[in-house]
Amino acid sequence: MFEYAPAPESRDIVDIKPAYGLFIDGAFTDANNHFKTVNPASEEVLAEISEADSADVDRAVAAARKAYENVWSKLPAAERAKYLFRIARIIQERSRELAVLESIDNGKPIRESRDVDLPLVAAHFFYYAGWADKLEYAVADPRPLGVAGQVIPWNFPLLMLAWKIAPALACGNTVVLKPAETTPLTALAFAEICRQADLPPGVVNIVTGAGETGRALVEHPGIDKVAFTGSTEVGRQIARAVAGTGKRLTLELGGKAANIVFDDAPLDQAVEGIVNGIFFNQGHVCCAGSRLLVQESVAEELLDRLKTRMATLRVGDPLDKNTDVGAINSAAQLAKIRELSQAGDNEGAVRWSPPCELPDRGFWFAPTVFTGVAQSHRIAREEIFGPVLSVLTFRTPQEAVEKANNTPYGLSAGVWTEKGSRILWMAQRLRAGVVWANTFNKFDPASPFGGYKESGFGREGGRHGLEAYLR
Amino acid sequence: MTVTPTIPADSGLAEITSTAGSLRGFLHGLPGVDQVGAEERAARLATRSIKKSAKAEAIDLAVSMVDLTTLEGADTPGKVRALCAKGMHPDPGDASVPMVAAICVYSDLVAEAVRALAGSGVGVASVATSFPSGRAPLEAKLADTRRAVEDGAGEIDMVIDRGAFLAGDYAKVFEEIVAVKAACGQAHLKVILETGELVTYDNVRRASWLAMMAGADFIKTSTGKVSPAATLPVTLVMLEAVRDFRARTGRQVGVKPAGGIRTTKDAIKYLVLVNETAGPDWLTPAWFRIGASSLLNDLLMQRRKLTTGVYAGPDYFTLD
Repeated sequence: MFEYAPAPESRDIVDIKPAYGLFIDGAFTDANNHFKTVNPASEEVLAEISEADSADVDRAVAAARKAYENVWSKLPAAERAKYLFRIARIIQERSRELAVLESIDNGKPIRESRDVDLPLVAAHFFYYAGWADKLEYAVADPRPLGVAGQVIPWNFPLLMLAWKIAPALACGNTVVLKPAETTPLTALAFAEICRQADLPPGVVNIVTGAGETGRALVEHPGIDKVAFTGSTEVGRQIARAVAGTGKRLTLELGGKAANIVFDDAPLDQAVEGIVNGIFFNQGHVCCAGSRLLVQESVAEELLDRLKTRMATLRVGDPLDKNTDVGAINSAAQLAKIRELSQAGDNEGAVRWSPPCELPDRGFWFAPTVFTGVAQSHRIAREEIFGPVLSVLTFRTPQEAVEKANNTPYGLSAGVWTEKGSRILWMAQRLRAGVVWANTFNKFDPASPFGGYKESGFGREGGRHGLEAYLR
Repeated sequence: MTVTPTIPADSGLAEITSTAGSLRGFLHGLPGVDQVGAEERAARLATRSIKKSAKAEAIDLAVSMVDLTTLEGADTPGKVRALCAKGMHPDPGDASVPMVAAICVYSDLVAEAVRALAGSGVGVASVATSFPSGRAPLEAKLADTRRAVEDGAGEIDMVIDRGAFLAGDYAKVFEEIVAVKAACGQAHLKVILETGELVTYDNVRRASWLAMMAGADFIKTSTGKVSPAATLPVTLVMLEAVRDFRARTGRQVGVKPAGGIRTTKDAIKYLVLVNETAGPDWLTPAWFRIGASSLLNDLLMQRRKLTTGVYAGPDYFTLD
């Protein structure tokens, strides 16, 4: 039959150094401690990464403060825009290299890093570059906050960096950013891009490390603003640490989004939307459509179609251009996915995965769907952050809204119906920051993104995203 | 290969097609097609990277699926004979190149094609029913069809009455297809939907089901005389329709995109679409055809590049 021959994207375009320092005040400096970053698809060690301690964080914050006081806040807005436009263009020019690097360090398929992550990263910088000299049209008397401490997750390493750094710089702030410990490489490549763009030293500082580094940054008295994307648990700790300090805070946390399919939905596209909702980026997406709510009258037909479609998903080498589902980002995350899936089995849900051969080395989990899930099951309540879909059914629109909202989270939701009035009716009632209609996981820099309830507060993207970096 | 157009009793389709009202109700009850979603899906599948052994396999498969076509007012018996020679031996210098699936001509040139292809295994397909507009009385359409079949055409490519379809007169379209199917006898019936005139994907899905329920052995996108002709999303919707129709009735129906497929890259995108939508069961000339004329030489050129490592110029491939 028609077997696709391997079509690997070449690794030659990236040059991974054996070791990386911290990017502080425009220069790479070594730290006392180091950790390793690995390729999750092969467990191969990629590089030694410096681990910033509190003294390093202190230096980074001081550099950011100096750059803010002496350079960045004094620069005309149109000049700030020039730097951002320059960074955006360099990202586009180096997009293939950055996509390959992202796939190697993160495990996501090259098709996604090439066609989704990198175009969005560049678009985000272009978008906020355009705002830099037009801020007074967004808010009255716009003034920057100062130094922003930003902590980002491992699921979209460079894209989350763009979401944080682009609006901060456009508004006139300087930043100290900590990438996730499992995916530091594209942030360090971005540090090189800052130098390539002749960005004044200290405007962007990148400190690598794990939780302790993040804590040192967030708790540092010298920062004016904390922006965090990650788990709800860590978000709570940060909120506690920041409380009463006068630091501004935005949090983008977990989710357990409902993807709601009515019986009059365009079924084939709904199936695509479900697949894109939960298997995109191995389900490592905070707004993933991890709960499928399907109307009882089409449940059986929809699930048949979904299973047929899942059987065509190609799981494997992230650098193969035909791969649809790549590697789980880390051993720890894989253990968490396994543990929650086991809980699904134990609680009586029915697990199904298509036959698929997983590589021997690396961290892998087959695309999985659980049927017969009840609202009380852990797999319906807790964020799995993996390629695992929980299917529930409903009978009426009221019941769909009730079940969709019956979660401590509220980041995103999807509605599938050919009936326009029902889309509006649902969107008014769903307590989620983003509601997608007849699509899912669609992002645009002009569109604000953020959560309700335990999914966090503050908005990133669009005009709303500026408010988080202006006083 | 023969396909029986009879619908299994348990599928309930006979009842659906028994009255104009039930037919209309059924077609409008099919799940809608979201345009943005369908186009995104087709575009994503078009990013598949088909290289090396997979590409070689795909090229030969595509050659064997070509309905090599000439449908010009200026066609002559000589032109048809030349096309037949090309279809039997696409690359005279390389006997390992498979022959094409069929030669597709106007009905008055069927006898010429049958003579030229006798014993070769290459089929003869005839457009009929007042191709391409379909604007003629039913009697004329049937006479056109009968004549082509009598002259030896093994496959009839009919056009539907788009005017009736767009006016909502599904029963008229249905009955015409049934009548043409009867006039075909043993010949295979390909039903051309002319999707460029149906415009919406909802219409494409409805017309696909209508044709299949009326007994089509194949559903075909276009005449090639209307723009747009075949597109990836239209073919995606039709492949979903044949997949769903088989699931419901047990009967497999073929798909033929036609018009505008000119390069190997295009052809491979269609094969990927088939593979990942209807499934590998459709990846044979019995169930998937590509209506084309200039595509064949590009396939041959890419094939020679793969086997020899160098591109040969266009003068090294025959123009017929």
